[in-house]
Amino acid sequence: MSTVDEPERRRTTGTADRGDVVALIGSAAAAVAVAWLVFTRLAPFGGTIGFLIIAWVVFLGLYGFLTSFTENALTVRDRLARALVYSIAFVALVGLIVIVGYPLVRGIAALRHANFFTEDMANAGPLDPLTQGGILHAVVGTLEQIAIALIIVVPLGLVCAVFLNETRGAFSRLVRTIVDAMTALPSIVAGLFVYAALILGLGLERSGLAAGCAISVMMLPIVIRASDVVLRLVPGSLREASFALGAGQLRTVWHVVLPTARSGLTTAILLGTARGIGETSPVLITAGFTAYLNTNPLSGSQVSLPLETFSLVTSPEEAMKSRGFGAAAVLMLLVLILFVLARVLGGRPAGDLSRGQRERRRRASLADRERFIARINERNGGTDQ
Amino acid sequence: MTSLRTAMSSSRAEEARRRVAPPGGADRVFRAMLRIVGVLVLAIMATVGLFLVRNGSDALGMAGWSFLTTQAWQPDSGNFGIAAVLAGTVLIALVALCVAFPLAAGVALFISEYAPPGARRALVSLVDLMAAVPSVVYGLFGAVFLQWNLLDVPRWISTRFGWIPLFTVDGYDPDDPLSSQTVFASSTFFAGLIVGMMVMPIACSVMREAFSQAPPGEREGAYALGATKWGMIRSVVLPFARGGMIGGTMLGLGRALGETIAVYMIIAPVFVIQPHILQSGANSVSAMIAQQWGAASPFGLSALMAAGLALFALTLVVNFGASAIIARSRSGQESEA
Repeated sequence: MSTVDEPERRRTTGTADRGDVVALIGSAAAAVAVAWLVFTRLAPFGGTIGFLIIAWVVFLGLYGFLTSFTENALTVRDRLARALVYSIAFVALVGLIVIVGYPLVRGIAALRHANFFTEDMANAGPLDPLTQGGILHAVVGTLEQIAIALIIVVPLGLVCAVFLNETRGAFSRLVRTIVDAMTALPSIVAGLFVYAALILGLGLERSGLAAGCAISVMMLPIVIRASDVVLRLVPGSLREASFALGAGQLRTVWHVVLPTARSGLTTAILLGTARGIGETSPVLITAGFTAYLNTNPLSGSQVSLPLETFSLVTSPEEAMKSRGFGAAAVLMLLVLILFVLARVLGGRPAGDLSRGQRERRRRASLADRERFIARINERNGGTDQ
Repeated sequence: MTSLRTAMSSSRAEEARRRVAPPGGADRVFRAMLRIVGVLVLAIMATVGLFLVRNGSDALGMAGWSFLTTQAWQPDSGNFGIAAVLAGTVLIALVALCVAFPLAAGVALFISEYAPPGARRALVSLVDLMAAVPSVVYGLFGAVFLQWNLLDVPRWISTRFGWIPLFTVDGYDPDDPLSSQTVFASSTFFAGLIVGMMVMPIACSVMREAFSQAPPGEREGAYALGATKWGMIRSVVLPFARGGMIGGTMLGLGRALGETIAVYMIIAPVFVIQPHILQSGANSVSAMIAQQWGAASPFGLSALMAAGLALFALTLVVNFGASAIIARSRSGQESEA
């Protein structure tokens, strides 16, 4: 891209002096005070949301006004834009925390009982307290269905991503276009497709297997696309070095391309799993609903965690709703675990190693050195004799 | 590293260094296998539409063009169509875009331009996490918490701007202090709000990528000409990333059109075209399929397949458009160094 050795780097140009900070704090305090005055003394307003919105608008106005004492119009606009972007980011962050935290907090009531994890809903009527019934059947269903989906998606997805990267031509371009367009395939359409193909077409019954297939149809394009992006980041020079050493395409892919991209591929699969595990509608279409524990994915209805959540919270009974929140909390925790795993194991660009990996490579390299020296000595010894 | 070791150990016996994998042979098998998998994936993806057409053809053949113009959904008496649910789907998706676009653009700008460089990776992770939250959790949050705590917002809009047909709410009189607020719940507005929060991270990650690809030289040039940060963003980053912004938004639109369970949990289903977005009662194609699935007759299933086909075609068009725009906006793949 650039002709110099050092890549171009962006410079940080933040210049917040003390006056700016004072203006920021002052206008924030004034905005809260004005909003409070309006709300409690002047106008018959109510509601937290209204308070926040009015305080925010007043804050923007005051902040711009205060800045305009010392700065020109361009700078005022710059400061306002910055305040706007910061507040949007803040709102999004708060939204995320509330959405993730809400089911966890509401689900504590159900999670506190051990039977929630060891029983199914077979013996729990609508009016039974939380000490009866649980979501074991949904947990088992989710794990089995996602396992089936992974058995299909991991080999197909990774090989297809390698295919997209290793062969150039009209055909691989076509596959890439179709896969790209399919990443936003509505999950319910994936469910309809599997219902039409496997249940109506091949005569399978509604089962965990069909649900796993539906989830895999939905996950496949996501995993292919993410892996494709990661594989594309493997430096071409590494690949060419491998060819130059005399390795063929298979060896290059197996020993150079895939290990280099391992971290990113792990992330792609884990994030795809997180998406697949939370899908409700394909399971709703292809696996049906049951309150019983069904460990056999090949026959009979099998419920999953999101479907169980959905059916429990739409019930009018408080205890059922609590169970629904509990199921949502368990689902959310599963997704969080997958996500954290994805970030810890992967998320690094190709070739960028963690400290442990670097240490391991160093040790392997040292061992190789020893081996080479031993071999040279051995060979020299051989020629001497 | 591993390759080296294997190469060494396999050639230990010979004296001369030999080519590890002669051309042809294993590589030919390997390439054939890659191609087979490619064909397989393509076949799976291509048959999605095929199976929907085959199973939906009964209903489509019976309804004919009225499938697109009828609002009711009574497949067993022959009176059914997707006019109402399709309009509902588009309205929900449009509301979602109005929510998602400013949020996504703001967060993407924050991450790529304003956030301290050390925090960028963590922020990107948080946005990715938002994309990984299951839709049933979003639906739960919207149906049980958000819409009952935010009823003031549609009430205020309806009171002030009720003269605009879009914001009219039948059965609500602003002058009547005792009027019920429940006419504002379960509406297109809240469904769109939640779906907008769901698709925000998808649009955001495309936009962020586009923003961060704005050339550093031109940024510096803008600064050198005396631009403020915002001036630089407006004159360099935003024009450069316009394709990415449009593409990301369309990608979000594709997701918004197909969202099922979150919409299903929030709305109160109706089968008429409901142009009043603040009023209780809405519907979407995917939510209708989920509602009607359990109690459908074989012909009803066929009708639902036909509805699914319409949704599939709609999202496919939007997605193709989005990926074409994004691909065009990406000026070359620098990664192939």
